[in-house]
Amino acid sequence: MSSDLHHLDISAASAGLRGGKFSSRELVKSCLNQIQKHNSGINAFLTLNEHALEEADQADINLPLGGIPMAIKDNFLTQGLRTTASSKVLDNYIPQYDSTVVEKLKKAGAIILGKTNMDAWAHGSSTETSDYGPTLNPWNTGHLPGGSSGGSAAAVRADMCTFAIGSETAGSIRQPAAWCGITGFKPTYGRISRYGVIAMASSTDSPGPLTKTAVDASTITSLLAGKDPSDATTIPGNYQKILPKNGKKLKIGVAVEYLLPQMKDEVKKLIREAAGVLLRLGMSVEDISLMDPNYSVGVYTIVQRSEVSSNLARYDGIRYGLDRSHFGEEAKRRIMLGTYTLSSGYYDQYYQKALKVRTMIIEDFNRAFRQVDLVIGATSPGPALKVGASRNQPMFGEMEDILVEPSSIAGLTGISVPCGFVDGLPIGLQIIGPQGGEESVFRVALEYQSAVDWHLARPSLT
Amino acid sequence: MDVKHVANLANLPLSPEEESKFSVQFAQTLETISLINRLNTSETESTYQVTGLVNVTRPDELNPDKILSQKQALSNSPRIYNGFFVVPAVFS
Repeated sequence: MSSDLHHLDISAASAGLRGGKFSSRELVKSCLNQIQKHNSGINAFLTLNEHALEEADQADINLPLGGIPMAIKDNFLTQGLRTTASSKVLDNYIPQYDSTVVEKLKKAGAIILGKTNMDAWAHGSSTETSDYGPTLNPWNTGHLPGGSSGGSAAAVRADMCTFAIGSETAGSIRQPAAWCGITGFKPTYGRISRYGVIAMASSTDSPGPLTKTAVDASTITSLLAGKDPSDATTIPGNYQKILPKNGKKLKIGVAVEYLLPQMKDEVKKLIREAAGVLLRLGMSVEDISLMDPNYSVGVYTIVQRSEVSSNLARYDGIRYGLDRSHFGEEAKRRIMLGTYTLSSGYYDQYYQKALKVRTMIIEDFNRAFRQVDLVIGATSPGPALKVGASRNQPMFGEMEDILVEPSSIAGLTGISVPCGFVDGLPIGLQIIGPQGGEESVFRVALEYQSAVDWHLARPSLT
Repeated sequence: MDVKHVANLANLPLSPEEESKFSVQFAQTLETISLINRLNTSETESTYQVTGLVNVTRPDELNPDKILSQKQALSNSPRIYNGFFVVPAVFS
């Protein structure tokens, strides 16, 4: 039993701890062993918390996450634990305070194992732009894990932790979750505080969980959600975990525009099969039409670059970190394009135009959600791409995230759950809900995972 | 796009190789994103904040838990002097 403790999800690990079957130290040790064996091959963790075992000994297992080992993406500030956002600019940065997410996790009793690799500054969808080398996909180390939360997704799938935290601006939780075969949840914009998260595009940045099951994602979200006086964009109102199963019959729309022409038939087939599962579970399923996601690529690129240029202006190497000559190529490219789209003479042509099309995307979703309760589609156009795929592709992330960008731009909530395999690599089904639609998104994800076992598949690591 | 000028505005040092590489890539990116110009937005308002929050305020009270000591505040700075950050001179 105790040799496979790192396989457990949160629900099973908590039950085991509280039932006295094993200690938090044994659980943490099991994950640390897994990191020791496999991190050199996968490069999921950048920095480890050397006090994890001592903290496990002190853990109060009656707390919601008491004694549960987890990992945090390296753009969340952790007091006293190095935080780089995978950029050399912050190579020596030791935060003086905790982000709200980390503060809440600590209060809930979670044991932080360490910080996970990501695209530098979260700029990308491959984890290849990390200044500390790419993370590799646990299913096949010749392939990418996705990104930007690629380290967190790979760490969960390689059973190096019970769950992980990531952040999403447009797909950075859902896309790596899909490529690594785990569950990744993006809450409504403002549901979880951004305070102490290294800012990328502030109007869409959304922290969220990467987990082994949808139940776990719901558990973590309910612990992290809530208004934060330190983040004025957090939304009021309570989040009630999950809609009861015996509630109203849900109407699901399959977004036909999201079954892209360039998409492999096998991927489309898996999405149709997943829709069939939801139908058998008693939901109604119909095809619906949404705005061409290619428009979202343009809006996202402009809005994201513009906000990046503003947010990354603060790095001057005076109060912390190194100077601006240490920015990598991708960060330079994004800062410069954003500087251009915000500059005098081009502001109306690019930035204002993008904000107006953003309104049209929001209105398009509002129309869809009058017709159906939730929208489903593929999370990504295909399975994990090969290592090197993002090199010299300045729009790589945008094209890989084309199916998750529209909902991010509109501030919606969504989840990616594993729905099958193509070429031996996992495929993700995304379920999108309106703003504040967490309860129904989780209900569908939970019911889906009660009917299939794709989320239980794990790679054999070598 | 005048890549050198934009790099200057963004306060980023750029190698000559990056300069020529970026000008080609920026042209491609601007071409891709110009797709949105096909949409008529003359009647559409801009969205700056997606959840519709306006004028969010909080009581003007100090939270002692969120205050850094001078020592903590300076702890990551490469150069400090008499309890201050050292910044590059603005005037020569």
